[in-house]
Amino acid sequence: MSVFINKNTKVIVQGITGSTALFHTKQMLEYGTKIVGGVTPGKGGSELEGVPVFNTVKEAVQATGATVSVIYVPAPFAADAIMEAVDAELDLTICITEHIPVLDMVKVKRYMEGKKTRLVGPNCPGVISADECKIGIMPGYIHTKGHVGVVSRSGTLTYEAVHQLTQAGIGQTSAVGIGGDPVNGTNFIDVLKAFNEDPETYAVIMIGEIGGSAEEEAAEWVKANMTKPVVGFIGGRTAPPGKRMGHAGAIISGGKGTAEEKIRVMNECGIEVADTPSVMGETLIKVLKEKGLFEKCKTN
Amino acid sequence: MNIHEYQGKEVLRQYGVSVPNGKVAFTVDEAVEAAKELGTKVCVVKAQIHAGGRGKAGGVKVAKNLEEVRLYANEILGKTLVTHQTGPEGKEVKRLLIEEGCDIQKEYYIGLVLDRATSRVVLMASEEGGTEIEEVAEKTPEKIFKEEIDPVVGLTAFQARRIAFNINIPSNLVGQAVKFLMGLYNAYIDKDCSIAEINPLVVTGDGKVMALDAKLNFDSNALYRRKDIMDLRDLEEEDAKEIEASKHDLSYVALDGNIGCMVNGAGLAMSTMDIVKHYGGEPANFLDVGGSATAEKVTEAFKIILSDPNVKGIFVNIFGGIMKCDIIATGVVEAARQIGLTVPLVVRLEGTNVDLGKKILAESDIDIIAAESMADGAQKIVSLVG
Repeated sequence: MSVFINKNTKVIVQGITGSTALFHTKQMLEYGTKIVGGVTPGKGGSELEGVPVFNTVKEAVQATGATVSVIYVPAPFAADAIMEAVDAELDLTICITEHIPVLDMVKVKRYMEGKKTRLVGPNCPGVISADECKIGIMPGYIHTKGHVGVVSRSGTLTYEAVHQLTQAGIGQTSAVGIGGDPVNGTNFIDVLKAFNEDPETYAVIMIGEIGGSAEEEAAEWVKANMTKPVVGFIGGRTAPPGKRMGHAGAIISGGKGTAEEKIRVMNECGIEVADTPSVMGETLIKVLKEKGLFEKCKTN
Repeated sequence: MNIHEYQGKEVLRQYGVSVPNGKVAFTVDEAVEAAKELGTKVCVVKAQIHAGGRGKAGGVKVAKNLEEVRLYANEILGKTLVTHQTGPEGKEVKRLLIEEGCDIQKEYYIGLVLDRATSRVVLMASEEGGTEIEEVAEKTPEKIFKEEIDPVVGLTAFQARRIAFNINIPSNLVGQAVKFLMGLYNAYIDKDCSIAEINPLVVTGDGKVMALDAKLNFDSNALYRRKDIMDLRDLEEEDAKEIEASKHDLSYVALDGNIGCMVNGAGLAMSTMDIVKHYGGEPANFLDVGGSATAEKVTEAFKIILSDPNVKGIFVNIFGGIMKCDIIATGVVEAARQIGLTVPLVVRLEGTNVDLGKKILAESDIDIIAAESMADGAQKIVSLVG
């Protein structure tokens, strides 16, 4: 089992004719992801990598039965692409695009109210269910199938965590990158909830960073609801206030959103937080041993 | 992106938000000339830098005649102001705003910001004007009023009215305050602001509602569609290395330490700084080369890191996903060769094509110290820099 996507998930690629999208379409197909169509307005009727291209998302969905889309559309047009996916009533749309104006996302979130589609991202690496389905830009080969869920605001830190787990013989169910923007779709709590309900997931690594209070809210939720162990990491302990650290959402403003505060609340809520990114895997293993879950999580 | 107060007030004026009359001055003579043109009894000489807390640092003076304008302009121009937002090195004043003085009856706080928890723009207001909102939030949170704004309909008149009544704007001036708030919201949306803060908003003796200060910040992701705002950018207010980095699409933030860091991915870049610090070192910068860096980009990144005279060593930390390790390795070798590297260089490579990348580093004639993990690399560079 896994969360959000699995080996049967049918996916369409929005903006498929762009060079980044095309590169990743190949990578996803190689991993075994069922890419059934692509969308680029004006390129309908053509074919790329054996995948049919359509002019609109609705048309692509009707022709292929896809339930999920991944968006590589450039930032000025990405908000519209998300709304088109929502309008086509997909179950899930994953937006990889970085640098979307935040007020565009405010409108998108309003548009999504009461609609069925889940959004992951934007500005995220995507979602992968190990050995089943890879949607996004993460390197597939570092993942192994297993029982640990990973959720993160950062792409490369997700890879770091997954790599450490795989090296230690601990496989993963799914890894979900929720993205580094201040306004995003799926948040930590949504993913933690999904992992909590997934019978194959036994423990979770949650990776946050400075800015906002999503980690604190997630920690409170974990304390109240989570039946599985969660360990964490927060990037940006040394980040100066008032400076945006790469991600649009990674900023300490007015003394709020510091790493210290997030770590303090997470600890209070029973989440062990790794001291350095090098020991995310070790920290999880320590907790798994304490809970008697280590053998169950060991995949080789 | 930040702009100066006088520029912010110009933007607001276009939206019918009332601000005092004023003019920018780059020299003492221009300041006196501006005061003459204003022709008011009292005028205010205000330092224009991209930081708050100017008043407390001696950057705002009230002049009662032209001689005083000259005196204060002379005193403030060229002065380095140190405020809680400038850092200890302070900022040199190169522009002044000469503004008509007004008879302040009461000061209020008005702010428009994005609320991340609700994904909405929120209007915040308080009658504790002049004080920082964080301080009010801590001491008297009951004095802060908020209105969440629906992006479809925008700020409604009833919300603006409710805010005005809540913060006790005199009844006869509520109409003016509503017009002010609606204009402010329209400016916020039209110009893709990330913050619009009026602190203080004032009510004057002659019955006007005005913005005495204006802090507008803009969403850098939206600047491509706001050319008029882009034109207001003051490069002298920004770090030269950060400007250079932005030209090459590199995300760079200058810090005070001596270990230069080059990393891919924002989260990993932040954590690399953290782990350097954890092992007793001090990072000189945050640098994310992004997911699609080329050998040329890596070379530029190196040049920027080394243009900081404090840098005594470099730590390259790469987790190749889409970014392949061999490309990074080629870039590192090329850059080191071009620049003639004189400081220790520790490289940690992991991920896609890692073996090929390590081979390129090992076979080069450059003195590169390989690290097995992030922790190993951080420890090595810290001990080498000493």
